[in-house]
Amino acid sequence: MADITLNHIRKVYPGGVEAIPGLSVDIEDGELCVLVGPSGCGKSTLLRMVAGLEEVTGGEISIGGRKVNDLEPADRDIAMVFQNYALYPHMSVYENMAYGLKNQGTPKAEIRERVNEAAGILGLADFLERKPRQLSGGQRQRVAMGRAIVRKPQVFLFDEPLSNLDAKLRMKTRVEIRDLQQRLKTTAIYVTHDQSEAMTLADKLVVMNAGRIEQVGPPIALYERPATKFVAEFIGSPPMNFIPGHAGADGVTIGEGVKLDDRPHQHGEVSVGIRPEHLVRDTAGPLSVDVRVVERLGASGNVYGWVEQTGSELVASLTDATLPQPGETMRMSVDPAMLHLFDRETGDRLD
Amino acid sequence: MVERRPVLNFVQHFVLILGAAIFAFPIYLAFVASTHTGIEVNRGLPLLPGDQFFQNYATVLGEGLSTAGAPPIGLMLMNSTIMAMAIALGKIAISLLSSFAIVYFKFPFRVLAFWTIFITLMLPVEVRILPTYEVVAQLGMLNSYAGLSIPLIASATATFLFRQFFMTVPEELTEAARIDGAGPMKFFRDILVPLSRTNLAALFVILFIYGWNQYLWPLLVTTDESYYTVVMGIKRMANAGDSLPEWHLIMATAILALLPPVIVILGMQRLFVRGLVEVEK
Ligand SMILES: Nc1ncnc2c1ncn2[C@@H]1O[C@H](COP(=O)(O)OP(=O)(O)OP(=O)(O)O)[C@@H](O)[C@H]1O
Ligand SMILES: [Mg+2]
Repeated sequence: MADITLNHIRKVYPGGVEAIPGLSVDIEDGELCVLVGPSGCGKSTLLRMVAGLEEVTGGEISIGGRKVNDLEPADRDIAMVFQNYALYPHMSVYENMAYGLKNQGTPKAEIRERVNEAAGILGLADFLERKPRQLSGGQRQRVAMGRAIVRKPQVFLFDEPLSNLDAKLRMKTRVEIRDLQQRLKTTAIYVTHDQSEAMTLADKLVVMNAGRIEQVGPPIALYERPATKFVAEFIGSPPMNFIPGHAGADGVTIGEGVKLDDRPHQHGEVSVGIRPEHLVRDTAGPLSVDVRVVERLGASGNVYGWVEQTGSELVASLTDATLPQPGETMRMSVDPAMLHLFDRETGDRLD
Repeated sequence: MVERRPVLNFVQHFVLILGAAIFAFPIYLAFVASTHTGIEVNRGLPLLPGDQFFQNYATVLGEGLSTAGAPPIGLMLMNSTIMAMAIALGKIAISLLSSFAIVYFKFPFRVLAFWTIFITLMLPVEVRILPTYEVVAQLGMLNSYAGLSIPLIASATATFLFRQFFMTVPEELTEAARIDGAGPMKFFRDILVPLSRTNLAALFVILFIYGWNQYLWPLLVTTDESYYTVVMGIKRMANAGDSLPEWHLIMATAILALLPPVIVILGMQRLFVRGLVEVEK
């Protein structure tokens, strides 16, 4: 059990690539912290620095109050689950899980007990004698998890552990990881670029962009009040719509006087953000939408089209009963409280 | 390729069987010659095995050939085996360690070290044989097993092969081992060597045969009969001076000299074939 503090961490790769220019974040004891961001934003780099696989160029990493910058990975009391699992191909499942303990000099009987316990939790008891190549992808993933939990480390590190699984298994395993982490109360850092994984797993969500933190907080807070346009676009699916508009004394308008909100603002030219799920059909609504494509998902559906008044692209999520036909023009409205206003230049949230 | 055409099938088998026969025939002749008396063989080689099998092999193994001044074959076979084993195991040990160093450690002049090793690939034993002889002689290693094997142990080929193999081992495996607390030598012993198992077997077979077939080097460094190798022995027997070579005994020796490499290949066959065709996933 331990908290993790990253204090002005910097990483410059040999060759001069500055992957992380300086980043600070605190992760509390027992918390599951998810790092998300687009490809190449430095998530893996950050995780690998915490693991000790990558040298830290500047700043300080501490785990449980102990500075670990110069410790070997094995001495940091962490366990890591790799994207491709990195199981030892010539060792059985049992040996794979036991290897770390064996190197610590744990007595044989205790190793057996702990491996069996972990195998029980993960449903691997029947596979202990098999080699990794005789397992399915999902089972391999479990062995990788097993290898992490037998060590009873202070910190779990996950680097996209589910991205090699199919969609259904991914969802199932996601729930299991959450459950396991809460039961063991082990602090964890989890890297993903899947936003639904990020939303469902995180106690603390860190959205990264080009080596910098865009926003940190509970997932719901990031969804409800994204601090930047980048976060707004990244969190939520389908992504938020942005329509150029004006927020002045007469309220929020887009196009030629299409009023979305009556309350006065003093921001001037803005980018108005509307989540697809906050748009509803409303014959008296201010928005007129030309429907191009309709995706029916069952209970709900996504409508893709254009806002007639501004020519902006728009996505709306509607309940199945209210879905239009492609080619139709429909009127829509949005609750003014659900509007997000962003600075057009900087992308920062305005209210 | 699965094709069901009887004619093609027949032709394929015919060609394969013909090829096998062409390779096997000289060995068969050697065997036949080794089962007749010397007189019969010198008169013209019969095509069917004779009845002198036990006698010829007993002579060769026990007494040796008086005319050749060679020791009994038993001793030469043992010398060859010791030399070939020492060369094969020594080469593997050294090249495993040196490629481990080259791939996994950063040290000054690492690239230079690799290229130096690589360039020696182009220098076969024969090219450097005189200087090597000089060194071995000065170290007093003539007429010894050490002198027979050590100078042949350094191996650029094996180092190069292991380097290529180590570079295909995924980096995550190294990292997982680091997190699991395996230091460099533990990683080497517990992960790298077991993963190289099939490559090791294939290489062992190849190197054993390489060592077994050495001729020039043993010829240079041994003057004491008790260190003669079997390949040398055969050659000496064939140089019988004035008298006719005793072909029946020479052939018996040749057949015996074939056996150890064959045993090694059969013993390692499964691993050997796997090592040649695939890298274990
Ligand atoms: N060994 C390296 N040497 C130089 N630059 C590197 C190295 N590893 C990563 N980088 C660079 O650092 C940046 C961050 O890489 P990183 O692997 O952390 O991205 P990521 O967020 O994990 O992306 P992904 O989601 O695709 O895995 C990238 O611009 C990458 O090109
Ligand atoms: Mg990554």
